[in-house]
Amino acid sequence: MKKDKVVEIEEAVVRFAGDSGDGMQLTGSLFSDSTAFAGNDFATFPDFPSEIRAPQGTVSGVSGFQIHFGHKSIYTTGDLADVLVAMNPASLIANLKWVKNDAILIVNSDEFTDKNLEKAGYLTNPLDDETLSGHLVVQVPLNTLTYEAVKELDLDNKSVMKSKNMFALGIIFYLFNRDYTKTYSFFENKFKKNPLVVEANKKVLQAGYNFAETLEVIKNTFRIEKAELEKGRYRNVTGNQATAWGLMAAAERSGRNLFLGSYPITPATDILQELAKHKQFTCITQQAEDEIAGIVSTIGASYAGSMAVTTTSGPGLSLKSEAIGLAVMTELPMVIVDVQRGGPSTGLPTKSEQSDLMQALYGRNGDAPVIVIAATSATDAFYSAYEAAKLAMEHMTPVILLTDGSIGNGSEVFKIIKTADLPPINPPIAKANDPEYKPYKRNPQTLARQWAIPGTPGLRHRLGGLEKEDITGNVSHDPLNHEKMMQLRQEKVDKVADFIPELKIDGNEGADLLVVGWGSTYGVLMTTVEEMQNEGKSVSMVQFKHIMPLPKNVREVFSKFKKIVVCENNMGQFVNYLRMQLPEFRYEQYNKVQGLPFMVSELKQKFESLLNE
Amino acid sequence: MEQKVEPKAITLSKEDFGSDQMVKWCPGCGDHAILRSVENVFPKVGEQLGYSKEDFVVVSGIGCSSRFPYYMNTYGIHGIHGRPAPLAMGIKLANPKLSVWLISGDGDSMAIGGNHFIHIARRNPDINYLMFNNKIYGLTKGQYSPTTPKGQKTKTSPQGSFEMPFNPGELVIGARGKFFARALDSNPKLMQEVFLAAALHHGASIVEILQNCVIFNNKIHALITNKETKDDNQIVLEAGKPMLFGKEKEKGLKLEGTKLKVVTLGKDGVTLDDILVHDPTTDDAGIHMMLASMAPPEFPAAFGVIRSVESETLEDAVWNSVEHEKATSPIKNMDDLMNSGNTWEIE
Repeated sequence: MKKDKVVEIEEAVVRFAGDSGDGMQLTGSLFSDSTAFAGNDFATFPDFPSEIRAPQGTVSGVSGFQIHFGHKSIYTTGDLADVLVAMNPASLIANLKWVKNDAILIVNSDEFTDKNLEKAGYLTNPLDDETLSGHLVVQVPLNTLTYEAVKELDLDNKSVMKSKNMFALGIIFYLFNRDYTKTYSFFENKFKKNPLVVEANKKVLQAGYNFAETLEVIKNTFRIEKAELEKGRYRNVTGNQATAWGLMAAAERSGRNLFLGSYPITPATDILQELAKHKQFTCITQQAEDEIAGIVSTIGASYAGSMAVTTTSGPGLSLKSEAIGLAVMTELPMVIVDVQRGGPSTGLPTKSEQSDLMQALYGRNGDAPVIVIAATSATDAFYSAYEAAKLAMEHMTPVILLTDGSIGNGSEVFKIIKTADLPPINPPIAKANDPEYKPYKRNPQTLARQWAIPGTPGLRHRLGGLEKEDITGNVSHDPLNHEKMMQLRQEKVDKVADFIPELKIDGNEGADLLVVGWGSTYGVLMTTVEEMQNEGKSVSMVQFKHIMPLPKNVREVFSKFKKIVVCENNMGQFVNYLRMQLPEFRYEQYNKVQGLPFMVSELKQKFESLLNE
Repeated sequence: MEQKVEPKAITLSKEDFGSDQMVKWCPGCGDHAILRSVENVFPKVGEQLGYSKEDFVVVSGIGCSSRFPYYMNTYGIHGIHGRPAPLAMGIKLANPKLSVWLISGDGDSMAIGGNHFIHIARRNPDINYLMFNNKIYGLTKGQYSPTTPKGQKTKTSPQGSFEMPFNPGELVIGARGKFFARALDSNPKLMQEVFLAAALHHGASIVEILQNCVIFNNKIHALITNKETKDDNQIVLEAGKPMLFGKEKEKGLKLEGTKLKVVTLGKDGVTLDDILVHDPTTDDAGIHMMLASMAPPEFPAAFGVIRSVESETLEDAVWNSVEHEKATSPIKNMDDLMNSGNTWEIE
């Protein structure tokens, strides 16, 4: 039955959930690509376990991918889903709490066997009782229909079952009026060497689409107008990819070769993998034997004149602490990217958290100040990485760039820019045979010393972790010199405040409540605050991207508000930093440490209760 | 593509490398002699390989030996404990045209830096790695190191060390290293020959220097260095020459079955033809491993270049790949990259 009725909607949240081996991440990313083609704005949230293949059919093995897309600007990955694809009972039981009361549930009924129900923890079959009442349940015998779709092809069982996610994708494509043939080129590329698999995936995808068309239970389909995005060319990026690209853009603009020394660690590894692909930009990547070798080789490359980078996550940052101190002492530029994950220890490797802030600021022996900045979204990771590299090189200091799992793995629409339009990067490289050159002589504006690169005539000098004498850089144990150098290192970082943008208030000055966030919480805080503003509530917000040093106008901004609430995905690290830096203000705090992003609903509740106090 | 430096006519002298900084090692420390040997070798290295004085970089970790960069007038960087290998590797990968020298000790290289040590041997960047082995922690004043003999009393092993020591040469060869040599702080001529050979070898050249700590482990190498015993306890290996030693070069090494044996020429019918001829260039590590393992009193300790096998260096492999990608990739810059793949236009 052909359905004529197309309902226009503003936005939607779709969640794909299945076993770790069901290919949900791929399904989600293919749907994201199609969403991009449809011209919608979107943000995605992959939610997967740290095991590659946990026991099949169990809740611990469920892998999910959520996409929030719409006609207006999308800042969050969505609180609750409008549509859930559940490939087995475990993925249904694990995700039912993340869907709206009247959601469309597309379930693979073939997997609802007694054995699988038991594995998932269902005592009775939820398809037969009242568990799912209120929802529109679409039962699809996905395994059977997938077999049916490819029965003419000479394909083994395993390959057939591997393509069943495409049947589910076909259904969702139908539901949102997407052109499924656009996905064919992906199959053609990915399975180049196996035309049979290409054919199978095409057939299954098409079968899913056609099947949905015939379903009576689906009364209408949905359409979302193209997003009102600025004119221009767009693409889809993940935060980790954007980070890698921002770094490469900085290398190109600064004229330095990029060097990355890194050790694989979830969720940061994608950056290493992305940079490793681009040797044509003289991007040298070294997969080190451990985290320490990763950063130490980075220090070596920086000394030798490269734009040097190391990438890691929390546990790796701990291991790099001593070496960051060496970079502080030698005043060599480098970017240290920390894609934060749930901690402490191994913690929640595949979940997101903002709990490395104090480690980034202070986690070293001695007073060892570095610049700390935090990306606010997947697309912003591009600009933050670029800025981190620019600040590192122009101010001759390590910079810690904090992103997190939600930024790194999340994807967003990215407006393609021209590299030439990015701000120039001018590292203070010492000139050959400069008679005035002294290793620790400083630029009065930035207090940066010069970068004298080995191989350059007339600039031979020694660096190291022992305290340096002011100006000459010779080893010095002089007490007053030590104190002076401590102050200079701090002052150099403090002076960066002259080179970063001021804090911008979203909303009215003097509103009853100022919402404060930093880093990746930008989208959800922004969405919440905008909604509340539209409801007439007196709420404004600021989002911090520059943590060390803070923007110059923080005090001025804070003094305009009576009530300040600091929201973050940790136990209160930024709020305590603010209490230390600006003790004259009183701060409320709201913390969520579940390895999950904030939801608009819970933030709203908190802010409303603060407004009503 | 070879990344070797373009030959340029370079004249250098020892004075080009002497530092104005006060050398603060203990009087009588073996490090002084090593420093002088390095100063003497650098001009030859520069002249033979085309490095100017600004192309030398001296890198170190932590320990007495690691103060070395401060005492040379070159580019230099004194790193953190145990990590000179990745530091040197970062420099060499970033700029393969530099002559990179790594100075480290047995604590720095064998204990805290053991991991990096085996990986640099395996990866084979063209770096000259001088490891001073005095079998003790000197800078922290006398604790046992991973090369301290089992049973030796030190401040942290008052009953005698309970641990089996490492033999650095075995580690290098076990990690599939391509160059290993041994030198002695009391033999400057040998040191200079070995350092030059290390520099000329294109790859990771790891040199163990038996070095005496006069304060905390004096005479640890006495069995090898004593006037009375040294001729019988040292063998200096030379490529293509029979492995002979002893005061009158009357002793030699012979392969008996799968093992080395010390024999005396003219005794039990042994002739020069029975003596092994040294071939450091064979990739087969068998004999090299046996030579590196030899120790008195059963065997003489081996000196000179024990193993020197040509193999592609890390930086050559990496930079060849860069050149290849540059020549073949359709994506030439970031604008190309951003516009590649799936993109769409909003009007």
